[in-house]
Amino acid sequence: MAMAGADLRRLFKSKDYWIPLMLMAGLFFVVIPFFSLSMIGSLENTQFVDQVTQIVGQLPDSVSRAVAGETPTARASYVVAVFLLAPIAIIVPLTISAAVGSNAIVGERERGTGEFLAHSPLKTSEIYLGKLIASLVPGYLATFVGFSLYAVIVNLTVGPSLGGWFFPTRGWLILIVWVIPPFIAIALSLILRLSARVRSAAAAQQASSLVTLPIIIVSYAVAAGVVASPGASGLWIGAVAWVVAGLLIARGASTLKRDRLLGVASET
Amino acid sequence: MKSEMDPAIRFSAVTKVFGRIRALESLDFVAPTGAVTVLLGPNGAGKTTTIRLTTGALVADHGNIEVLGLHPKTDGDEVRRRTGVVAPKPAFYDQLTGWENLQFAARIFAATDAAAHDAAGRFAIEDALDQEVGGYSTGMRTRLALARAVIHDPEVLLLDEPTAGLDPESARSVLNLIAELASRGRSIVLCTHLLHEAEGIADHVVLMSEGHARAAGPPKELASRYMPDPIIIFDAENRQSLNQLADFEGVINVQWNGGIHATLKDLDRLPDLIARLVDGGARLTRVEPLVPTLEELYFEMQRSHREQDA
Repeated sequence: MAMAGADLRRLFKSKDYWIPLMLMAGLFFVVIPFFSLSMIGSLENTQFVDQVTQIVGQLPDSVSRAVAGETPTARASYVVAVFLLAPIAIIVPLTISAAVGSNAIVGERERGTGEFLAHSPLKTSEIYLGKLIASLVPGYLATFVGFSLYAVIVNLTVGPSLGGWFFPTRGWLILIVWVIPPFIAIALSLILRLSARVRSAAAAQQASSLVTLPIIIVSYAVAAGVVASPGASGLWIGAVAWVVAGLLIARGASTLKRDRLLGVASET
Repeated sequence: MKSEMDPAIRFSAVTKVFGRIRALESLDFVAPTGAVTVLLGPNGAGKTTTIRLTTGALVADHGNIEVLGLHPKTDGDEVRRRTGVVAPKPAFYDQLTGWENLQFAARIFAATDAAAHDAAGRFAIEDALDQEVGGYSTGMRTRLALARAVIHDPEVLLLDEPTAGLDPESARSVLNLIAELASRGRSIVLCTHLLHEAEGIADHVVLMSEGHARAAGPPKELASRYMPDPIIIFDAENRQSLNQLADFEGVINVQWNGGIHATLKDLDRLPDLIARLVDGGARLTRVEPLVPTLEELYFEMQRSHREQDA
């Protein structure tokens, strides 16, 4: 935990890190939802509301039954708040964690601090796990705080037309607590392995985007599914994701070599 | 079982290759326990690779390494717990304060906060511990690196060019601190290409070149091996009178170097030489034996090995 603690302390002391992080989380969790939900709530029988109503009618019964609201506008607001904006809960933490994780090991090498770690009694698995935790926590923390604000905004803007506070729904709770963390861990386990292999932080960021993009696409679909149908399937998806994450983390922790922390790697 | 006479570090026929570069080629040397061993050599001689192999940060391709009776390849964690390393241009987490960096090291090496404070005090950096390391001067960073390296009171201290980038005053201060650590009985390995740096604190010298140990031993032993003939420094008010030295029997070589350096076949001839110089009109102001500096020894060893290689 010493490794994770030092990294987290360093990250949160770095304004050029956490100011963009807060701006990003604020934009996706607060600004965009607030304006889009406020606009929908002020509309009556517009083309947009009609289209949403039609789409809901074409959804499977199990999903369309889950859409609450007495009026078309209320139902449209519910759809946007609960279903349409679900993927932001995936994009924000993955983007933040990928940015931190891609620099985690190659950054130690570039700064020269890896030399100290390489000569220290820390096991390479401890270094790997420390880096993983330090990369995962900021993304998940930003998501958790952002999600809490998002919940307040949804309840304040959409809640009155639905008879009171209704958010988070069961599907969102499963998503935030059970499904998102392993997806971040899966992405990070791969990004950290890349970070140990590439020669510069810039190359690590390029490579991490190749890993992050497909995971965002997959998790986008999963998130939408879990929110729309928050049954046992959501719990199973989370469980499988945790197993995959565990296997990838164990593999990554065992393959990190001490010389990767030094200014030279053995293949040079 | 390890005895007190065992060396702190022993390299036996160690080879390390990076791609097409042979960083170390069958390197043999020992660093005696409780002594300051200086790895002396030009850039690229393999000194940093030697340090990295010692802690197990790198793994040797061939050969055997023992540190405190342990093998870094298999007992790396234990070796690293008992060694401290100062890298050239030591790096820190610049956004953290000196204290936070030391505290991090203390957690890793299972040392207490009190030990961290003691280490900072020993290297006179405690007044700056509240500042972010990003604002430290090179000298302050080196002091913090030394404090970090001794935070767990290691048995072996590996110092890789610890005065690189320091002004002469700071460098001298760091060398004094190293001498102080040596006086506490710690085994110290100091890598340097600066000969004056090793002067006075080296108990044991290993001359490295192209991944080999060209020569090794205590400075006096190396001096008697590579500079066996006695050298006497002469000076006089009338220096021209010293020119006759070159023609005297028993004088092998004469060089001007802030005084005449005369290499003799043996010291027994010295009284006769002085008498003849005085008879020849020399008004002598200086007659003293040359104790070779490490620099002179180094260049003599290099010259000797070049001749052997040729």
